[in-house]
Amino acid sequence: MLWQALTLQLGYNATLVTLGAAMLGMAAGATGTFLYLSKRALVSDAISHATLPGVVLGFMAMVAIGGDGRFLPGLMLGSAVSAGLGLLAVTWLTTRTRLAEDAAIGAVLSVFFGFGIVLLTVVQVMDSGRQAGLETFLLGATAGMLWNEAMLIAGGGALVLALVVLLRRPMSLVAFDPGYAMGQGISLRAVELAMMGLALAITVVGLKVVGLVLIVALLIIPPVAARFWSERVGAVVAIAGLIGGLSGYAGAAISATAPALPTGPIIVLAAFGLFVLSLLLAPGRGVLAAALRHLRFQRRVHLRQGLLALATGQPVYEPLTLRLMRRAGLVRADGVATEEGRAMAARARRDERRWQILRSDPEFEAAAARYDGLTPLGEVLTADQIAAVDQGLRPEGAV
Amino acid sequence: MALELVGSAPEQNDDLPLSIRGLTVSYGEKPAVFSVDVGFQPGQMTAIVGPNGAGKSTLLKAALGIVTPLSGQVRCHGRPLAEMRARIAYVPQRASVDWDFPARVLDVVLMGLYRDLGLLGRIRGQHRARAMECLARVGMDGFAARQIGQLSGGQQQRVFLARALAQGADLYLLDEPFAGVDAATEKAIITVLKDLKAEGATVVAVHHDLATVPDYFDRVFLINTTAIAEGPVADVFTPENLQTAYGGRLALAQMGGVAAG
Repeated sequence: MLWQALTLQLGYNATLVTLGAAMLGMAAGATGTFLYLSKRALVSDAISHATLPGVVLGFMAMVAIGGDGRFLPGLMLGSAVSAGLGLLAVTWLTTRTRLAEDAAIGAVLSVFFGFGIVLLTVVQVMDSGRQAGLETFLLGATAGMLWNEAMLIAGGGALVLALVVLLRRPMSLVAFDPGYAMGQGISLRAVELAMMGLALAITVVGLKVVGLVLIVALLIIPPVAARFWSERVGAVVAIAGLIGGLSGYAGAAISATAPALPTGPIIVLAAFGLFVLSLLLAPGRGVLAAALRHLRFQRRVHLRQGLLALATGQPVYEPLTLRLMRRAGLVRADGVATEEGRAMAARARRDERRWQILRSDPEFEAAAARYDGLTPLGEVLTADQIAAVDQGLRPEGAV
Repeated sequence: MALELVGSAPEQNDDLPLSIRGLTVSYGEKPAVFSVDVGFQPGQMTAIVGPNGAGKSTLLKAALGIVTPLSGQVRCHGRPLAEMRARIAYVPQRASVDWDFPARVLDVVLMGLYRDLGLLGRIRGQHRARAMECLARVGMDGFAARQIGQLSGGQQQRVFLARALAQGADLYLLDEPFAGVDAATEKAIITVLKDLKAEGATVVAVHHDLATVPDYFDRVFLINTTAIAEGPVADVFTPENLQTAYGGRLALAQMGGVAAG
């Protein structure tokens, strides 16, 4: 059944819901990247918790005028209004009072959420409310989702994604260097408004699928995971979109296999799985790669130090150094240098002296910055440049 | 001594690359900059000098519209700032950004082309070539593909200058470009700034090292919340004026150095 869900063989509606969740995840990952890079990610937590009163009030209003209280666009509208108010409250508290943003987020989040829970309790003692299943908006559920609801979610996700692509440049500039961005004539307020508006849109669109408690995870985890893979903002956005999309897809598919499974937590767990993979396996910033690099670096340092000691006739005491040099055939078992060892030691010594000259000459500043005690000079300079350096190289002892 | 007092004839400053009138900026109840009138001369290098907290950076930020003044007017070549953005290049303080941001050196310089590229314009070979040229001018072309977090402080400062160069502006506003940089960087930056001046650009820099003012700059603007004096280094950069700007905070030895310089 799981395989069928993942390969979209559970029927037309389930397929649509899965694709809608994937689109939502892509949009959330891309949007979240800019929140994360401008260190505003937690604002989205306040936004999402502030949707609850709006959902319930929207439901009550639609029932009061005799409509279907579960009409999704109506619930989304209600949630957008109350989330907008929450966002406004956070912004007002941060800019107009001395409260820091984290305190403002905490205050707004808890008050709006508490109020929403009270309203939810009231609705659930009403007859019409009992069967409404509004509590599924807390953790998300895709079971029994309608065709047009899935379309709304996919369409909303696609629209947000398009807007992120359109605004990526000003949002990157503002996230990296707001002062310079303003100097370029970019309105900081407009860009922040757009960024928060997109986060709000993701929250509202994602309510039904991921639920308001966990939507923040879909905004934050994908960019944080993507950051392990790249040093370029465009690539981070794309990878975050991919991770978010995969999480949404897998989460929706898995939760379709059992009606009682809430979708939000499964999506978040899928995203977390991808985060752990990134943390461990990413080639640049990943933990394993960093550990391997450190180990390899340590060995190179030991070998080089051993060679330099050989060249100056100093004894080598470090067991690791000796072991590495023996294994490389540079010294014999009794610690005496082999012919190859002596030759390499002489080369290392010459390289080191060239580096010294290079580093004392401002002409070679760019090259000198690459000095790490290990890199052979030939990798940094051309033969001509080395010849120029060698003119400063006098026979040892003559200085 | 022909000391040109600031604000003596602000109505004549209208065509200057940058003229500021009646500028007051306050972060709370205490103004950081109070009622400053100053004009910066075209094709000259002017240092903004004053003690810590004297409002030097704030003046620059207000001139760029980064902080909103309580009162006052900023004009660029006699026109409102908003129309002249393309002609102003800003080099902010290095410490003001997160250097772990996912960007390579070349990407940061390409940010200087934002106004040319717009929202959706594609970055083409010609843009990259221009960015590389600017990197070469500051001696950083060998670092184009580096992640910005791997640079030293001086190198970061040079990348910021390259980004400003990419804009092709004729008014350069720099906030402490020499703060905490190595000697090679200081030399590279001053060479570029003097070249810009030779090309006719106007350079205004917040500067904290009094000893190098006469070597590096043509003019000085002394500020301590209010404007003290603006004019050629020889006329304005005097022990008396510095005493006024710094109060008792300037060591006698420094004053001696200034008088001798």
